[in-house]
Amino acid sequence: MSMQATPPPLAGLGSEADQGRGGGGSQRSAPRPLPPTPSRNGRGTLLGSIPWTLIVFLAAATVPWIGSRYNTFLAEQIAIDALFAVSLNLLLGTTGLVSFGHVAYFGVGAYICGILMKTYSLPFIIAFPAAGLGTAAFALVSGYFCVRLIKLYFAMLTLAFSQIVWAIAYKWDAVTGGDQGLPEIPYPNLDWMSSIPGLGDLRTSDQFYLFSLAIIAVSLAVLHRIVRSPFGRVLTTIRDNPERAAFIGVNVRAYQLAAFVIAGTFAGFAGALYGIFSRGVFADYVFWAKSAEVIIMTILGGMEFFWGPPVGAAALVWLNQQITDVTQYWPFVLGTILLVLLFVFPGGIVGGLYTMWIRLRGLRRA
Amino acid sequence: MGGFTTAMFLFLIASGLSLVFGVMRVINFAHGSFYMLGAYLAWQGVTWLQPLFGSFWIAALFAACVVALLGAVVERLFFRSLYGRDELYQLLFTYALVLILGDAAKFIWGVGQLSVSVPPELSGSIEIFGSVQPLYNLLIMAIGPAIAFLGWLVLNRTALGRMVRAAQMDREMLDALGANVGTVYTGMFVFSAFLAGLSGALVTPIQSIVPGMDVLIIVQAFIVVVIGGMGSIWGTFWGSVIYGQVLSFGILIFPSFSLFSVFALMAVILIVRPWGLFGRPLT
Repeated sequence: MSMQATPPPLAGLGSEADQGRGGGGSQRSAPRPLPPTPSRNGRGTLLGSIPWTLIVFLAAATVPWIGSRYNTFLAEQIAIDALFAVSLNLLLGTTGLVSFGHVAYFGVGAYICGILMKTYSLPFIIAFPAAGLGTAAFALVSGYFCVRLIKLYFAMLTLAFSQIVWAIAYKWDAVTGGDQGLPEIPYPNLDWMSSIPGLGDLRTSDQFYLFSLAIIAVSLAVLHRIVRSPFGRVLTTIRDNPERAAFIGVNVRAYQLAAFVIAGTFAGFAGALYGIFSRGVFADYVFWAKSAEVIIMTILGGMEFFWGPPVGAAALVWLNQQITDVTQYWPFVLGTILLVLLFVFPGGIVGGLYTMWIRLRGLRRA
Repeated sequence: MGGFTTAMFLFLIASGLSLVFGVMRVINFAHGSFYMLGAYLAWQGVTWLQPLFGSFWIAALFAACVVALLGAVVERLFFRSLYGRDELYQLLFTYALVLILGDAAKFIWGVGQLSVSVPPELSGSIEIFGSVQPLYNLLIMAIGPAIAFLGWLVLNRTALGRMVRAAQMDREMLDALGANVGTVYTGMFVFSAFLAGLSGALVTPIQSIVPGMDVLIIVQAFIVVVIGGMGSIWGTFWGSVIYGQVLSFGILIFPSFSLFSVFALMAVILIVRPWGLFGRPLT
């Protein structure tokens, strides 16, 4: 039927080879000027046969040994932001839902984990899953209402929910510590790590870095599976054409809600790790400007690609560190980066590289 | 009464936001930055003109005009090319402006508090209904409804207003009929920036000018616009009144949850009537 004639809406189902060759011309004329999610990008070529993600994670795991304490700090920040941004991208890039309040779920996760570990002295093994469950429940309730709205109204309602979370965090002194926040959240008990040869002489903060890196790696692997699964394909179809998705029998709202809950839960995990990492949870974490920041990370990396947001997170954390060394006007720089992104490189870093690679390959063939 | 002054201020700011949303379907985060620039520019104007009589009003007009000019530049140079794009890009563009303008203001005027004194001709106060009201606040309370009425008049009783309403309903059709939609859009954006700049200037005698006032006000203006209905002048007017009352009663009844109550109100309205109390659903 019309599948052949109009590839974009179901492009996610097409094979990679078609997209690579035929996509070059049609991409520019399409209303969404970005390439469709390339799933098995470059597999079969020499570059594609290298397990890049594994190498990156192994390299990241060596930071405590080869880098300074500050490097480990930055690496952990990047890793947590990467998970946060990938969770957002499940909505933004995969499902096409513009959430302007994703930080709410990050914050709820951070607060649940922090309150359980600090106020109730519960172990991490209970507090962390509880944070995920609590965030999922909150995402289910708020998402139920959000997915009923379209476009800008969806963005506004997610913003409203995140500001509700912020107002509660900021004012409910007895539980959240109000504007003082919850300082001194304990590290989880990582004594078992010391018995592993080679890890015993590391600082607790370094051990926690390795521990959270492992959690983040597993989370990203799960999210990757989700995006590549048939379920993920349906989400992409919804993004490209909700009417058509509904027409072929997809319950659009249910799928959107499922994506919302999954995205919220993983944001909650990221928040829980962040609270422990930064030794406290504060109301600032939930302020709406943070939602904008994580959106910028996602776009900077490239929201059409699974590994775009982590690249964006790394670039943004690194840039922030470089620039705040020189000037206090980081927001100005961030705003300028955003302008360049919007007007010159809407595909982000990975999108730009991908287009360049396609062009180079085309040149070599010609 | 205090709630009402707040409400009228919010109305001045939110009406511009609401107009831009109504016509262009764009949420302009930078509206709060325009407001902040209006305040700083008014301070600058007053400082330059100090000895002159009526200097405050000249400074306020100057501030509003400069901000309007900035609005024109922003719309013509950048915003124009984003109309056809995903709303995410439009949101992010206005957010980029928030970041850039916020830092620019810090760079030019520093991070300290600045203040402007109440213009001498309005520095007194009179007693109304047993409570003492500063004259300046009364003026603001009069300006709010006046602008609402004027806005309604222009939108509903003039050729220009007809054009704007047509652009609101069906942009392509208006374009096809030969009207210059681009000019209507620029005009709306400039007028909205003018209102933001003017309200920023007018707030200076009551509130001190500080960095961060842009981000604080934009969230409140959003709530007002969402309550009243995006794109509706009267909706925005009543939205501000409701917001002011909820906030001031909230503070009386549960002081620590007044913030919560306004955001909860915003969420409930979006859930029940996304187009607001006085707006019409988008087609």
